[in-house]
Amino acid sequence: MTTATDRKLTTQKAIAEAIALELERDESVLVMGEDVGVYGGIFGSTEGLLDRFGPQRVMDTPISETGFIGAAVGAAVNGLRPIAELMFVDFFGVCMDQIYNNMAKIHYFSGGNVKVPMVLMTAVGGGYSDAGQHSQTLWGTFAHLPGMKVVVPSNPYDAKGLMISAIREDNPVIYMFHKGVLGLGWMTNNPRATGPVPEEAYEVPIGKAAIARPGNDVTVATVGLSVHRALDAAELLEEKGISAEVLDLRSLVPLDREAIVASVRKTHRLMVVDEDYQSFGMSGEVITTAVEGAFDYLDAPPVRVATPDVPIPYSHPLEEWTLPSVRRIVAGIERLTTG
Amino acid sequence: MDIPRDHLVDMYETMVKIRRFEERIREIYFEDKLPAFDIAAGLIPGEMHLSAGQEPVAVGVKPHLKAGDAITATHRPHHVAIAQGVDLKKMAAEIFGRETGLGHGKGGHMHLFSVEPNFGCSGIIGEGMPVACGAALAFSRRGTDNVALSFFGDGAANQGAFHESLNLAATWNLPVVFICEDNGYAISVPKAAATAIPNNSDRACAYGIPGVLVEDNDPVGVYEAVGEAIRRARSGGGPTLIEVKTDRLWGHFEGDADAYRSDEFKKAMAERDPLVTFGRRLLDEGVLSESDVDSIRERMYGEVEEALEFAQSSPYPQPEDALNHVFA
Ligand SMILES: Cc1ncc(C[n+]2csc(CCOP(=O)(O)OP(=O)(O)O)c2C)c(N)n1
Repeated sequence: MTTATDRKLTTQKAIAEAIALELERDESVLVMGEDVGVYGGIFGSTEGLLDRFGPQRVMDTPISETGFIGAAVGAAVNGLRPIAELMFVDFFGVCMDQIYNNMAKIHYFSGGNVKVPMVLMTAVGGGYSDAGQHSQTLWGTFAHLPGMKVVVPSNPYDAKGLMISAIREDNPVIYMFHKGVLGLGWMTNNPRATGPVPEEAYEVPIGKAAIARPGNDVTVATVGLSVHRALDAAELLEEKGISAEVLDLRSLVPLDREAIVASVRKTHRLMVVDEDYQSFGMSGEVITTAVEGAFDYLDAPPVRVATPDVPIPYSHPLEEWTLPSVRRIVAGIERLTTG
Repeated sequence: MDIPRDHLVDMYETMVKIRRFEERIREIYFEDKLPAFDIAAGLIPGEMHLSAGQEPVAVGVKPHLKAGDAITATHRPHHVAIAQGVDLKKMAAEIFGRETGLGHGKGGHMHLFSVEPNFGCSGIIGEGMPVACGAALAFSRRGTDNVALSFFGDGAANQGAFHESLNLAATWNLPVVFICEDNGYAISVPKAAATAIPNNSDRACAYGIPGVLVEDNDPVGVYEAVGEAIRRARSGGGPTLIEVKTDRLWGHFEGDADAYRSDEFKKAMAERDPLVTFGRRLLDEGVLSESDVDSIRERMYGEVEEALEFAQSSPYPQPEDALNHVFA
């Protein structure tokens, strides 16, 4: 149960607060990663934790992702509940073996006998000209590989509740926070990055989508910063008499297929907005879900607005054109609802 | 100093050019980002890692380079790129995200690539080291006496790629020189908290190759150590690991509050600023006169302004150009 609250936090502070509450509650929880200590995490996800919990619980690591993420796996198997931070998801290449061959497979290989209760948290997303090695979302890559849950909060309330659920989960969870929803002072300010967050610990269930905005004419299914873009687009479309329902999927694994089907049965139209690369990813999966579960209800072929299959470019006009902007979402919905 | 005068002068000039370039980039970087720092704003958006203080590592290598030698650098690449002779105008244009840039605006400051001179860098820690081994393999297969140089930070020495590359280079006897720029920090984490031994050069013995420590941030020390390593590599003697103790004078990235380093530490660094100390030394030893220094400054500053001018007056790429260059 959560209490109503007027207290507002940024998503970044909500994440740090969730981790603090769990560090306090459960001695087996610890955090490790590059710059999570003195710096408080490059994106503030561990802000203030070193001072409160000390270097045994909040560990700065060498730049050795294979080493410390693999160590988190070993620690999780042996009674701890580590949260390992991979600073940017784009760095997964140097440590993917530990992630998908160990972290995600040990439980299965053991026939269900061994558990790997850990969280791998990582920053995703572009939009600020950091180019192709620091701007990707890549959730489709992780969601494609069995054995790990993949969570993508879009707002402070969910960020806190999903983090607490992730820490308490007995399965490995990839917790991907989009830089654009954190409410950091040095990122372009996003008004929805601050919102009410109860002080106590609470869980947001992993695998349940949320209707971020109800509507009747089209379902816009998405995650992360694109929820905000979709909400902005829905506001613009409202003036033109188009009522868009924005579905915040909140996790890719498990995917709330029922929510997708239910929404499409109501609105008869589907758009998927995905900041990840278009091909072989979330958009294809969500559309397939709708086709399988609501084919007879579809009044138009589903549409997707995603990052085309190119690395995210540096230069502003290139990047702006590439990412799923409000402009592209509005244009897509207009085509979908009038065509 | 037992070094040809023109090499000394060249090293100093290059240091002046690098520092000026970075000072100006820094000014422009902040122009539209203050008073409230917004990383996406301004003529130069995104992250910016500047190398002020680390110039000696790059310029001490420069006189030993020859056409075709390959260099891989890090997320902090400007000093190395400039010292290798990467076109300053195209490099500036890339940093400003313009069509005329090295990568037509696709890469930005952490992803500068040039064919001639043969230069590449990466925003992923340790990523350039195996690539340098591959360049060296190509040189030895093609029978040239070119060498590959790979620059990396002290933080990168804890990546698997470091250890794998050293072993590969040693086992295959490749003409590679690995150059560790030890500025004592990986973002906020001091080296001592992340590396079990004080000197990464000592790790060379684990791979059966020479390890050389250059203890101060002195271009002459780098010149000598790298000169010997390059001669050895060119003549078939295999790889060397060199470590240079250097200073990152500014924050890890621009906008970094740099609160993890004490004021005393920063003050001591500023006092041993290699641009100042090397300049003073060349004056004291009569290699340069005051008027030489003035004219070097004038020329280098002019070159930098010209490059910035070129960059800022160049057009942006067309948005749809984002789709180009995925495949050859
Ligand atoms: C694989 C990988 N992990 C982490 C990072 C984030 N990161 C960027 S620079 C940096 C510190 C690098 O330290 P060092 O190698 O000593 O180079 P310096 O920045 O001091 O020049 C880190 C952790 C990265 N870019 N790539």
